[in-house]
Formats: sequence, structure tokens, C-alpha cells
Amino acid sequence: MPAYDGHMALNITGAVNPELLDLPWSTPLETWPDDTLAALPRGISRHVVRFVRFNGRVLAVKETVGPIAHREFDMLKELGRMGAPCVTPFAVVDGRVDADGNELAAALVTEHLQFSLPYRALFSQALRSDTLDRLTDALAVLLVRLHLLGFYWGDVSLSNALFRRDAEAFSAYLVDAETGDLHTHLTPGQRAYDIDLARTNIIGEMFDLQAAEELDDAVDPLELGDRIEERYKELWSTLTGKETFKDNIRYHVAERVKALNELGFDVAELDMTQTGDGRELSIRPKVVDAGHHSRRLLRLTGLDVQENQARRLLNDLDEFRAVFSPDEDESFVAHEWLARVFEPTVRAVPREFRRKLEPAQVFHEVLDHRWFLAEKRSDVTMPEAVASYVKNVLPNRPDEQAVLGQAIGAEGDAETGTETRAIQAWQLPRSSPRITTGTIDTGTSTEKR
Amino acid sequence: MATVTFDKASRIYPGTERPAVDALELDIADGEFLVLVGPSGCGKSTSLRMLAGLEDIDAGSIWVGDRDVTHVQPKDRDIAMVFQSYALYPHMTVADNMGFALKIAKVDKAEIRQRVEAAAKILDLTEYLDRKPKALSGGQRQRVAMGRAIVRQPQVFLMDEPLSNLDAKLRVQTRTQIAALQRRLGTTTVYVTHDQVEALTMGDRIAVLKDGLLQQVGTPRDMYDAPANVFVAGFIGSPAMNIGTYSVNGGFAQIGNGQVALNREAVAGLKAEDHNKVVLGFRPESLDRVSPNTEGAFPITVDVVEELGSDAFVYGSIPSGAPGAGEIHFDAGDSEVIVRIDPRDVPAKGDAVWVKIREGEQHVFSSASGDRLSGAVHTAK
Repeated sequence: MPAYDGHMALNITGAVNPELLDLPWSTPLETWPDDTLAALPRGISRHVVRFVRFNGRVLAVKETVGPIAHREFDMLKELGRMGAPCVTPFAVVDGRVDADGNELAAALVTEHLQFSLPYRALFSQALRSDTLDRLTDALAVLLVRLHLLGFYWGDVSLSNALFRRDAEAFSAYLVDAETGDLHTHLTPGQRAYDIDLARTNIIGEMFDLQAAEELDDAVDPLELGDRIEERYKELWSTLTGKETFKDNIRYHVAERVKALNELGFDVAELDMTQTGDGRELSIRPKVVDAGHHSRRLLRLTGLDVQENQARRLLNDLDEFRAVFSPDEDESFVAHEWLARVFEPTVRAVPREFRRKLEPAQVFHEVLDHRWFLAEKRSDVTMPEAVASYVKNVLPNRPDEQAVLGQAIGAEGDAETGTETRAIQAWQLPRSSPRITTGTIDTGTSTEKR
Repeated sequence: MATVTFDKASRIYPGTERPAVDALELDIADGEFLVLVGPSGCGKSTSLRMLAGLEDIDAGSIWVGDRDVTHVQPKDRDIAMVFQSYALYPHMTVADNMGFALKIAKVDKAEIRQRVEAAAKILDLTEYLDRKPKALSGGQRQRVAMGRAIVRQPQVFLMDEPLSNLDAKLRVQTRTQIAALQRRLGTTTVYVTHDQVEALTMGDRIAVLKDGLLQQVGTPRDMYDAPANVFVAGFIGSPAMNIGTYSVNGGFAQIGNGQVALNREAVAGLKAEDHNKVVLGFRPESLDRVSPNTEGAFPITVDVVEELGSDAFVYGSIPSGAPGAGEIHFDAGDSEVIVRIDPRDVPAKGDAVWVKIREGEQHVFSSASGDRLSGAVHTAK
């Protein structure tokens, strides 16, 4: 066909927000105005990703070719609809041209997940000895949840996920769906390949942290790689494995469902099959999704928190009920607990500290702190515990509301430094979307989107 | 090094009736660069993923060398999927970036260094081995990523649309590099693309798929000169072949006002179910401009002329009212005819040009089955 030589028009798919047009789409992402960035060398890039403050929220903008941006947008949308833990797509901006009429790459815009941390950010804080294990476990849970939904990831790694504190553990979220596919069911080969990739990539990421001298050489990356494989397999077989029983079927079914609920998964239905001779019954659960406790808490209190946080909050709620009025209706007691325990506790956190942790995480930590104080005195109340926590613990915690990862080498030796910065989204007037902080180069293990 | 064999391999997704890949039979030679090409949904990626072990094989089998890998786990197939995107680790040297997978496989240090050095030599990265990825250009980084697959010394490389996230210019550069690299390594490679130009320029042989069925496999020249059916004829070549259905009368096809003598062997192959109709194809470069009313010539009304410097193409149509008009169909869906013409003698929009299909350059197909009836065309340059 004859070449089309008309002008391309800027085209935004997704977000219903005309102000998105005010962003400087006619310049390449890497040259978007940013005082901080000017000093940073360019990293190893597959795509350029930058974070933009926009009407009081933070958006991640990734440059890529149009069809891939649209595909990933649709994929994230579909995953979100299915309840997968992943970032929320915001828009695709296509048809970009610069001042001279040259075509620019399309951009995929996603919403930044509040209070989420790139794994590298956790290495710039005092690293608890088991942090790596907990990150690995969170990634294994994420992979199992995605696989249950029929999502083949194709590039599983710590860099392609974000982590949120979830009581004692972490919850992992998918940020890069570019290589993935959705299927009705995954084949054993697809799952095995994803596990193998996860193992290889985690080991690579640990080797890299050791090369950067951010991780002690005593840690064996290979052990960590094996850990994700083991954790995945354990969880997968618990969730989907078939068990055969001879008698007391009702009891075994109830036990199985209870065990799955304790792991945080809900069961939609059970497949029951009689064995050939008709004397035994096999059961295989169909797990719907994680979030058993968080759904229960949401129903009772309206609080939308993560699974382990919900578990912790529900335990406190159950204790409160046992003391307050064991015979009272559960939802009524939940209301009382919210008003008398939860809300006063999180409200006791001064405004200037509220960017440090999510409310539910604060509540969890105050419970821990009360337990710690109780070693000296057994009758510590929640108001006492929160006062002590705000005075002695919270001030030393970093802000985690919008940690956007780090650029490679801020100054000087560009290859060694890593840096984690928080974006201060509330300091500029809302009406002027302006650009802040770091470029993230996605071809690196530093932060890949 | 190994051959790859698809032996009537099928993939049927649960809940569907039509196989996504239907009894694929394909023998790929040791060291060959084979491209699987076809429109979206044709089964090309599914075929590749069956070979990789990512898709189940519901019937038939797949062999790598003399080993049946039908039920073998992906990582035990000795096959490397080459990614469109790799993460390079910024704090590790180029050598460590290339060799770390071998370290995981517990290959000894001397062996790793030796394999990394050999790969670096092929990739022109020797002098960068002890540097960090940051010090490399974009193209060099891409080669480091390739190096990660190469040092594993797999029997087969698999590539699934590896250029799809590059812009048009980089895509052309990279496809040349990948093809050259594959020839230097001599490793059997299966490559998937939807882009027939990519297929023609890269592959030793091309396999065209449609609706899960293999249409034809052959060298780029075979596919161009003797497409096995109407689908392949329309799919391979840019601009596409002109293809139309015409009535046959005494060995002549009626195109517009022209009576075009058909290839004799093709006419002999016509069957009752063809109802005296043929599908006739002719490439844009197989038409000569001739004076009006030359024997076998027909007129084209010029809609658009595309001038490319070395070439020019007329996009036109057979005047309506003429018998046979409107029966030509072009891949784009309209009844356009494309003619390559001398760029120094370009007609104006609305002009009529008379053209004739050059002797021996007809592609004749059965109108009933779409299968090829005529012999291969050897296009005069």
C-alpha cells in the first residue's frame, strides 16, 4: 500500500482524565524535566521507566512500542478483574511525536502501588536476617496465585515484583506483565518453566547484590533459588493435591478446607471421586483465591488490608469479643472493636508519621510492641502501647508510602551506588502535574518494570 | 547440534474442537534456521511452545535428535528460549552476566571461563568481558544477553517474535545480526514471526501455517516462486501478489477486456469441481506495460502511484463494466491490482495503463481447492 504520510494524533486509551494531556508527551521520557535526574547517568535500559506526580497520585510511565503497551495494559486490566495482585493500569499514550514530527515510543502508564517497596529498597535498610527468605516466600505465593488464575509469567524475578509489608511477612505484587499470557489452565511445562526462571533470576539477583557488596558473601544464592522452588511446590500441592480417604470423609473434608483457609485460601468447590472399587473417596479442592482473612475482615469492618495483616487484626478482634461480649453478634462486636480499639490506635499516629507505614501495618506493629512491653509489665493497654511506639519506634522508620526504587549510581562511580528515595508527592500544588525523581532502567536488576 | 522433528504433533486446547496445531509434520535439519510464519492464531507460537515444553502435545510426538522429548520437562530438553528481553545485572561484569547460569548448573570455573570467552569471541565482546554492562552500547548489551543463551551450548535455540518490542529501524538491524550470528554458531534455530519479510530475509527455510495447518515449507525462493496454494501466494511477497478468480474458456482466462492464455499444464489439471474457473495470480513485477489491444493485455485504471526511487508501483483497478472487473482480490480486501513500473515513466492518476502477464509468470490455482496447478515461476529480473 502507499505509505501514509499524514500526521499522527496523540491518542490516550484508558484513563478518563484530560489533564494527562498536560504531561510533556512530545519529548522522550528520558529527557522529561527533572533537576535530580540530570545528574544521573543512564543505566542499562530495555525500556525507560519514570515516576510522575499527577494530581496527588504517583504514576509510573514506561516507554515501549505501541502494540506491546496495549497488550500489557489489557493484560493488567484482565488480571486486576480476576483479582490478581498486580499494579493497576492507568492509560496507554500512543501517537506521540516530537517537535520535529519524529515518532516517539508509546507509553504505558500504571498507578504506583502505595507503600510498596522494590526489593532493593529493603537492602538499604537494616536487613533482618530472614528478610530474603520472606521476600522469596512472598514471590512463591505470588507465583502460585498467578498460576491458579492461569497466568504464565514468563519472566519471574524479584525485580519484576513489588513488595508490601504484611504483618510479619511480605505480600508480592506483579508489576511487569509484558512477557505473560493468560490461559484457561497452565500446563505442567508452563509452571515448571516459570519456576525455573524464578530460581535462575533470584540467584542472578543475589549474585548481583553480592557484586555490589550489598549482600553478605555468607548468603548462598543457590540456597535461596532452591527455596523458591521448594516453597512453590509445597504450596501448590497443598492447594491442589488430591487426597484419598477410606472413612470419616466428612471430617477429612472439613479438615482440608480448614487447612486451606488457614493458609489464606478459600475453596470454591471440591471434586470428589470414588476410587475404582468404590471403597475410597478422593477429594481435590478447587481453590478460588487467597484473601480468606482479608475478605472476612472487609465484610466485618470495611477495612481493606492484606492477608496477614487481616489475620492479625482478626485475632485481636476475636480476643476483644471474648472479653467484651462473647454472646454478641460478630458484626456488632466488630463495629465496637473498630471504634474503640483500631481507630484510636491508628489515629494516635501523628500526621507527620503517617507516610511511614500503612495503618494496618502500624496496628500490627503496635500489637508487637505491646507484647514487647508486656515482658516488663503485663497489663499494658493499647493507648499506652501506641504512645510508646510513636515515641520510641516510629520516628526511626523510613517513609515508605512512595519509595520508587533507585537509580544506578547517583554520583561518582556510577556502577556501585544504589539509592532509595521517597517521592514527596504532597509538596507541590495539585494543579500542575510535574515530574519528580528517578529514572529506572528496566533492563537491570535494579528495578525492572 | 541436533535435528528437530515434529511427528504429526497436535495441540488441542481443552474445550475446543479445532486443534490449535493439527498433526504438524516438520523435519528441521541440524544447524538449520527455520522460520515459522503465519497470521495471528495460525499456531506458529503454539508449535514453538510445544517444542519448548510449554504446551502439551496431545497427539503425535516431538524429537530433538534421536531423543523423544514429548514428555520431557522444559529444562531437560537441552533447548534455550532466547528472550526478547533480558535483565543484565549492573554490578556484575559482562563475563559474569554471560556465565552465571553455568555457575548455577555447577559447571567448574575454568570451563565457564572458556565457554564465556568462546561466546565473547563470536559476539565481538572479548575486550569488554571484565567491564560492567553500563560501559556497553545498546547493541553490545543485546549481544551479552544472547551470550547468556550461547554459553549454555543448547542443541536448539527458540525465538518467539524476538524483535517485537523494537522500533522499525532497530528491528531491521537486529534481524540481520541474529541471522548472521546463527550462521556463525551453526546451532539449529526455530524462529517465530508474523512478518513475512522477516521470514524471507532470515530463514534458511520457512514454514507457513494457517489455522493450525502447515501450508508449505521451503526456501524463501520456493515460497516466492511456487507457492503451494492461494493462501501462501497471498501471504508471501511485498507488495502482495495480485490474485483473482476468472472464467476459463478454451484455455483462456477472461481478465477485463483481455483474453489471457493459461499455462497448458495448469488447464490440464482443472477438474469438474472447478466449474471452468481458475484462480490466477501474478506478481506486481510480472506485468509488462504494453500498447493497448496487444494480445493477452488488459487495462488498469491508475488510482495511486507509489514512487520508491528505484521502483514505482501503480495501485489501480480493472475498469468497471469490463467483464472480469471486480473479480480480482488483493490481500488488503479491495479489488486493487498492483503493477511495478519504470520509475522514469510514471502515469498520472486516472490514466489507463495496459499490461500483460509475462510469459511463464502465471501462478494458476484450482478455484475449488486453492491448490497450485502450474509449475514454478522463475521471475525475470
